[in-house]
Amino acid sequence: SKQRSMSSASSNANARLGEQIWQKMPKMNAEFFTLTYGSLVVQLVKDLEDVQKVNEQLEKMGHSIGMRLVDEFLAKSGVTNCSDFAETADVIAKVAFKMFLGVAVDVTSWNAEKTACSLLLYDNPLADYVELPVNVDLYYSNILCGVIRGALEMVQLRVEAYFVRDTLRGDDVNEIRLELKERIKDEMAEEYRRE
Amino acid sequence: MRDADRHVSRSAFAYLFSEMVQYHTSRIRSAGELELKLHEVGQRVGAKTLELVTIREKLMKRESGVIEMLQFVSSTCWKSLFGKVADSLERSTDCGNEYMIHEFEPITNCFVSIPTDLGHLNCAAYIAGILAGMLDCAHFPAVVSAHAMPAPDSEPHCYA
Repeated sequence: SKQRSMSSASSNANARLGEQIWQKMPKMNAEFFTLTYGSLVVQLVKDLEDVQKVNEQLEKMGHSIGMRLVDEFLAKSGVTNCSDFAETADVIAKVAFKMFLGVAVDVTSWNAEKTACSLLLYDNPLADYVELPVNVDLYYSNILCGVIRGALEMVQLRVEAYFVRDTLRGDDVNEIRLELKERIKDEMAEEYRRE
Repeated sequence: MRDADRHVSRSAFAYLFSEMVQYHTSRIRSAGELELKLHEVGQRVGAKTLELVTIREKLMKRESGVIEMLQFVSSTCWKSLFGKVADSLERSTDCGNEYMIHEFEPITNCFVSIPTDLGHLNCAAYIAGILAGMLDCAHFPAVVSAHAMPAPDSEPHCYA
């Protein structure tokens, strides 16, 4: 069952912010983006052969992207400190996904400790026109999990993000499970404080 | 069929393309090889683009002439990919089967800063590859390369 961990008002504010920034972002035809990504996946499958290695490589590339993308996100959204992980998740879903990919994402299925939730993507521009052969263990859009992990790492949160449902694998929706593992202590900051 | 007018942010493409260039960079030895790789990747995109545009436009007949094909590619296909038609299509005066498509601000070159050890890299090799893929798929095999011009633009040359 869905648990709302944020007030509707806050979440709506985030959705409005996401929409505002999306309107201002320079845009391009999704098709070119989609085909470029598709071509990359094909290349990785050719180069790496093993599907698990492709999944890992996509995640790794996403991680690298996330570490850079977070700067643009923070600069354009003006989001500063999220008071809790629920707010972080909502901001990712309503602001980040919206401004970069133009899609609406829902946050659901919180655990009792409020440290894990699911991001539901009904619409995934990466996967347009794609059909996967049956019984292939590829997480085609795994780059997204890496982006989330890389971006959050830059704001001192260590998370795990992984697909649990994927429309390309026959599910009705795309679901990324997002788990907070720990708040990373900023050792450099501690050093400065001591001096 | 997915709406042709769907958009994503340019940033999303920039990060993806940049990461793609990085990935290939780690696997090659020279800027020339990297351009070949981008060209190769582009060809797949080109073939798929032609397929999609053909279905979407419900085209029944195949373009038979070189000029018609190049016009189709530099307008309809270009619009589908880049949201605009190519800046110009010209035929070379000295070489009969050579054509130039001009693109002043190729999207591939807007965001990628070239590390100094890859000084001669032209990321528009990707677009050249896309063009080659489209032409090849339509049975107009061509040698397509990207050349940077003094003004910031890039022109894939086609030798049809």
